[in-house]
Amino acid sequence: MELLEAIVDGMNYWIFIILMMIGLYAMITKNNLVKKLIGMSIFQTAILLFYISLGVKEGATIPILPHYYAHTSQEEQGNLVGSSDQAHAGKEASSATEGGKEKPSVAHAGSPKIDPNRFTNPLPHVLMLTAIVVGVSTLGVALSITQKLYTEFGTIEENEILDQLKSGDD
Amino acid sequence: MIDQAPAIVLLAPFLTAVLVVLVGMKYERACFPLVVLGLCCSAAAAVQTLLQVIEAGTLRYSMGGWPPPFGIEFRIDGLNALVALTVSTVALISAVYSKNRVPEENGDKISIYYTLLLLVVTWLLGMVMTGDAFNLYVLLEVSALTSYALIAMGTRRATVAAFKYAIMGTIGASFYLLGVGYLYIKTGSLNMFDIHEVLVAENLHQSTTVLVAFILITVGVWIKMAFFPLHAWLPNSYAFAPTTTSCLLGPLVTKVMVYVMIRMMLTVFDPLYTYLQLNWGNIVVWMAVIAILAGSLAALAQTDLRRMLAFLIVAEVGYMVGGVWLANTAGLVGAIYHLIADVFMTLCVFLFAGIVFAKTGKRDITATHGLFAKMPLTMAGLVVGALSLIGIPPTAGFFSKWYLIQGGMAAGHWGYVTALLISSLAMAVLFFRVFEYAFFGVKPAEGHGDHHPSGKGKFSEASASMLLPLLGTASLVLLIGIFNQSIVSIITDFVGQFNLTGSIMR
Repeated sequence: MELLEAIVDGMNYWIFIILMMIGLYAMITKNNLVKKLIGMSIFQTAILLFYISLGVKEGATIPILPHYYAHTSQEEQGNLVGSSDQAHAGKEASSATEGGKEKPSVAHAGSPKIDPNRFTNPLPHVLMLTAIVVGVSTLGVALSITQKLYTEFGTIEENEILDQLKSGDD
Repeated sequence: MIDQAPAIVLLAPFLTAVLVVLVGMKYERACFPLVVLGLCCSAAAAVQTLLQVIEAGTLRYSMGGWPPPFGIEFRIDGLNALVALTVSTVALISAVYSKNRVPEENGDKISIYYTLLLLVVTWLLGMVMTGDAFNLYVLLEVSALTSYALIAMGTRRATVAAFKYAIMGTIGASFYLLGVGYLYIKTGSLNMFDIHEVLVAENLHQSTTVLVAFILITVGVWIKMAFFPLHAWLPNSYAFAPTTTSCLLGPLVTKVMVYVMIRMMLTVFDPLYTYLQLNWGNIVVWMAVIAILAGSLAALAQTDLRRMLAFLIVAEVGYMVGGVWLANTAGLVGAIYHLIADVFMTLCVFLFAGIVFAKTGKRDITATHGLFAKMPLTMAGLVVGALSLIGIPPTAGFFSKWYLIQGGMAAGHWGYVTALLISSLAMAVLFFRVFEYAFFGVKPAEGHGDHHPSGKGKFSEASASMLLPLLGTASLVLLIGIFNQSIVSIITDFVGQFNLTGSIMR
């Protein structure tokens, strides 16, 4: 049971490790160069998955601040929230209008109450955008090398290429 | 303008690369002068940066004005500045060498070749100067991409090697990326110095996550630097690539990765952690011993000149990894000084191999047949480089080995000391074999008609664009050796801040 719990708790880690190992296996054992590259892609994607899962929080939303959070004074905020989301913000709106004059500095400092637990961490996602670009270009370069190999050897099977290299000297 | 020097080191080759690809489409003859101009700017800015660092200590430069840890920061200390200067100098020298070689070997892709050359220099310089762990990953991967392309432009063997390199390089970079991810989980930061501060402040060194991060990063970097059991991609890549590529990448890529390893071990993780808490020094130094011996012995077995030199790189990586993990000041100073000296020695012998290939069209060691008579200046260049690799006094190689052996003795690691000496002997055998061919000619049984050494028509010294870089590198090797004190003092300043005692290990 404990083992099962450990697996379920760290589900994202298990999945990324399994994917990574599948990729590594393909890269090492496959004879076909394109299959090796598919393995490479899986390997890199596993790492993307790992990073993405780092930023996830339960019950959190995408980290986009509504415009009024960041740019309006607290009083207007209260009204806006009140009009849009009555059930939740009704109390808040009334308290905000009551206490609006007492603590306007909080609103003007540009840091209204943002609960970090309500938003996913955007940084790993941004990092992975870069890593995706890098991964795609790696794949592109590797594929074009494969193409060059095909024009030079007439095959993309690794053992046949090695045989040709052994028999012919260049 | 002076304040922007660290950025110019990087931007000069980058912007020139853009210019070269645009201008080169139309005017191929303009490529070479542009490349040299760009790399000259870069080297000059690197000199300026080094002077600033010597004068004012660590230099902090926020890219784009974003304050760290949010923006990407360049924090340049003595180690960075020295390695950056080395990289840009080597790039300049091999660019000069490429003048005739690129049109001859890759005549239809001159502008593209030069663009890639400039880009790889930019990324390597970026890796040396950046202070951001994730930025380092991107540069690591992008520089590798560029070098796959540069290598694949060689013979068809080089294409096979480039594919292998692409696979292994990706695994290495991905391991590094994973390691950075684990560090990020624990510290929430990507700035190297910030990570270090958080690790120390919150006492995270006990954490298993940090241990996993350390292992992943170290293994990733080892793959990239061709540390012995992980070196399979290196020999063929550098042996069969276009000669300019091997002159540029052969000396630089592995050494920049050694720099990354030093930076990670000392600046990001703490020396107390890497040396004292983990206490792997002994094992890693023994691995280095195996790397040194295996590299040297494999080099002895080669008949292809550049392949032999490629295996020497594997041995030299063993020197540096061993020196760093000896965990004392002398070993670390020796490793960093060897890093700089080795770049130039390797460049010297690779330039020689390039010239021999250009002149004779042959890859074998026997191609050096009778060269002392025909190309005395070229051979003089080789002699300096070879003596430095062997470790004969006035050259840089002697002093670096001196420090490394001192470090080995201070740590009481006699295996490492012995391996260094055996490897020196192996290199002596290797290069005296080359000298013998070049001086007395190949034995008639092996070669062809010793009585007509110049039977194929006389060839004389290589053209100035190939000879001058070789002689320049040879004199740099001598100068680095003679003025070793001033370089070592910069390195000692850098190492001194970590308070390694004489021998931390025992």
